[in-house]
Amino acid sequence: MTLKELNPGQTARIDKIDARQPGVVRLMVLGLIEGVEVQYENSAIGGDPMEVSVYGTAISIRKQQADCFRISPISQNV
Amino acid sequence: MSEVQTTYVPVEKIGIRRRASASIAVIGNPNSGKSTLFNRLTGMRQTTGNYPGVTVEKHSGTVQLSSSALELVDLPGIYCLGGFSTDERIAVDVVLGRIKGTPSPDGLLVVLDATHLYQGLYLLQQLMEMQLPMVVAMTMTDVATSNGIDISIEVLQRHLGGIKIYPIVATTGRGLDTLKDALEKITEAAAPSIPESWPELSSTADELVERCENRLPRIDVIQALLHPDGKRAGLLDDFLGTESVARIREQLFGDEPPQACEARHRYRWVHGVLQECQHQAPLIGRFGAKSLRWLNRPWPATILFFAVMALVFQAVFSWATPMMDAIDMGASMLASQVSSLLPAGAISSFITDGVIAGVGSVIIFLPQILILFLFIIILEDSGFLARAAFLMDRVMRTVGLSGQSVIPMLSSFACAVPAIMATRVIPDRRDRIATILAAPFMTCSARLPVYALLIAAFVPDQSVGWFNLQGLVLLGLYLLGIIGGLVTAWMLKRSALRGPKPQFALALPEFRWPNLQTVMIKLYDRARIFLKRAGTVIFLVAIIVWGLAYFPRSDVIPAKLETAVTAAQVSYQGPRLDEEILKLQNQAAAAQLEQSLLGRAGKFVEPVFLPLGWDWRVSAAVIAGFPAREVVVAVMGTIYAVGGEADEASLTEKLRSATWPDGSPIFTVPMVLGLLLFYAWCLQCAATIATIRRETNGWRWPLFAWTYMSVVGYVGALLIYQLGSMG
Repeated sequence: MTLKELNPGQTARIDKIDARQPGVVRLMVLGLIEGVEVQYENSAIGGDPMEVSVYGTAISIRKQQADCFRISPISQNV
Repeated sequence: MSEVQTTYVPVEKIGIRRRASASIAVIGNPNSGKSTLFNRLTGMRQTTGNYPGVTVEKHSGTVQLSSSALELVDLPGIYCLGGFSTDERIAVDVVLGRIKGTPSPDGLLVVLDATHLYQGLYLLQQLMEMQLPMVVAMTMTDVATSNGIDISIEVLQRHLGGIKIYPIVATTGRGLDTLKDALEKITEAAAPSIPESWPELSSTADELVERCENRLPRIDVIQALLHPDGKRAGLLDDFLGTESVARIREQLFGDEPPQACEARHRYRWVHGVLQECQHQAPLIGRFGAKSLRWLNRPWPATILFFAVMALVFQAVFSWATPMMDAIDMGASMLASQVSSLLPAGAISSFITDGVIAGVGSVIIFLPQILILFLFIIILEDSGFLARAAFLMDRVMRTVGLSGQSVIPMLSSFACAVPAIMATRVIPDRRDRIATILAAPFMTCSARLPVYALLIAAFVPDQSVGWFNLQGLVLLGLYLLGIIGGLVTAWMLKRSALRGPKPQFALALPEFRWPNLQTVMIKLYDRARIFLKRAGTVIFLVAIIVWGLAYFPRSDVIPAKLETAVTAAQVSYQGPRLDEEILKLQNQAAAAQLEQSLLGRAGKFVEPVFLPLGWDWRVSAAVIAGFPAREVVVAVMGTIYAVGGEADEASLTEKLRSATWPDGSPIFTVPMVLGLLLFYAWCLQCAATIATIRRETNGWRWPLFAWTYMSVVGYVGALLIYQLGSMG
């Protein structure tokens, strides 16, 4: 499962990142790395880009890049 | 409450000649409260200049300490020393002392946001590698406390090898005194120890420094390893050979991008540090009021965005009117005062028609511009523009750009110059240039006067359904600008600027009330720039245009006028006579203008603009408007309203009654629509051209933009006029 498939409000841990895809490094510099927990907060109309939060910071991420983040969901608090 | 010193201590008196060398760079994440702190420390003692030799803006100020003073240099907010965007490269180049003629800073004032320590500590680690004395200020401590974040400063300091951290509340000034005391001693402070987040990189760097016989600083070695494509990466290759460096990189990073490895190592370390020094914090989830959260949902947020934009434009027009009327009245009163004091002739005409009318016609837009800028600054500082970028990303993708282009485009509704500078946050050069070329299409505040004049004169003031027709035409012109810009970006991205799909990764700041002082300083800066422009460029243009319209004076025309007046005195009497004389005077003035240099120039270019339905007068006004489009109204005033009061109402009358020699009206509906379209699309602004040149580092793009926009404006006006006149 990748970050792209997460539902709004859901929390997940990042397992593996494909850092070689375009635009992914920039997100890693903002703190999306393996081992951290992220929450899907919001999105723009149509679900893309998504807004995910890590350590209290909201980061916008397009679905295309979100697909490069393999995750395991933690909770479902819809 | 306020610790800001208001006493100005002359530099000579406090004997700090050494101070010239003590320059401190202020650095931190975007939205970390860095600018607020900078303003708090320096007050109004700020200057904006350029670094010698390069065209990078240097924003610096002086902080007065108890026995000395320091120069603080404010840098753009960044997340890493990676140099993804121009803004980041500027910050990195300044911090690393790579700008010729400007030495590296003597120390760093690092700003850590207590609510975003995660990203802050990442940057701090990279800065610690530079081995410069540093003082760390922790902002937003009040916000952190109210969000339930409990930070143990002692534990954090221990992890940072003893760097002192000073908690402050920049908005109230709490903690500033202690911070200033620390800054006083900054140059004596020992360089920070290197964090142990990535031992392999550290030991490799140490080893390589030795192999280069200490001729390359450690930070340069690290930068060269981490950024193989950076402009300084070649330095290491020169010392060790390309192959050897590539082997070292492979050992360190494998086949992954170096910065990805760096992020993993450094953030793992940050994670460990935060586990120990930050308690009871929600490790996941955004902060901020729960009640406001539903506003971030897709539809409410998008609707809110459009509502706010509508409100802004509404305010710009309705709030500014009383102030504009006051300025207008003031200018006319001043002009009539001057003309009653001075004998009629060249000097009186120069002061009233040239200087007062010319500069006044521009200053009148100061209220609108300030209101527009006030909103843009508030929207930016409150974090709203970043959210707009997020919401509009999808739309921008269809033209090949990303949401990051939205912020510059929104600010170019105020003025394209700061908008073009705001494109520095866009990482990809191609996307940045496409945005730069799209921005001047947006309806800037300087276009408003022309729109206002022509719409008031030629669009009937009637309602269409719920709307006013004049308002609809204005809205249409704004849309025309947006469409022009987006289509331009789309075409460029499919041709000359074709490249990989732009990325969009942005930290979204939470909503925050903007700091009044920061807003005011920014607004003051904009007002100053505008007035300086009105006082220099526009003043000069107004004088030149006046001169061109005034000289040469014909002797024949006054003589003819006298004869005609004598004849009129025979045939008319009373008020009818006065009316007739005024008419004759106007005709004489118009005849003078026609044979003036401006009239001749207008006649010379008339054939070019004749297919657009413009006579020599409109052509002359358009030509005069190329350095700065806002002078057009003033020029039209000079050309059409000669002899009468040059206020807007009478100018409207004059435009309506202007005719071709055969008696048919010049300002027909197709002609006016074409003229409006020409103004919407044409690049008539020397300042914008200069800014494009500066930001793109050459004449190629500004020349292209100017030619392209002129052609597009011309062709558009031509089509509208020709098609409109066919029926």
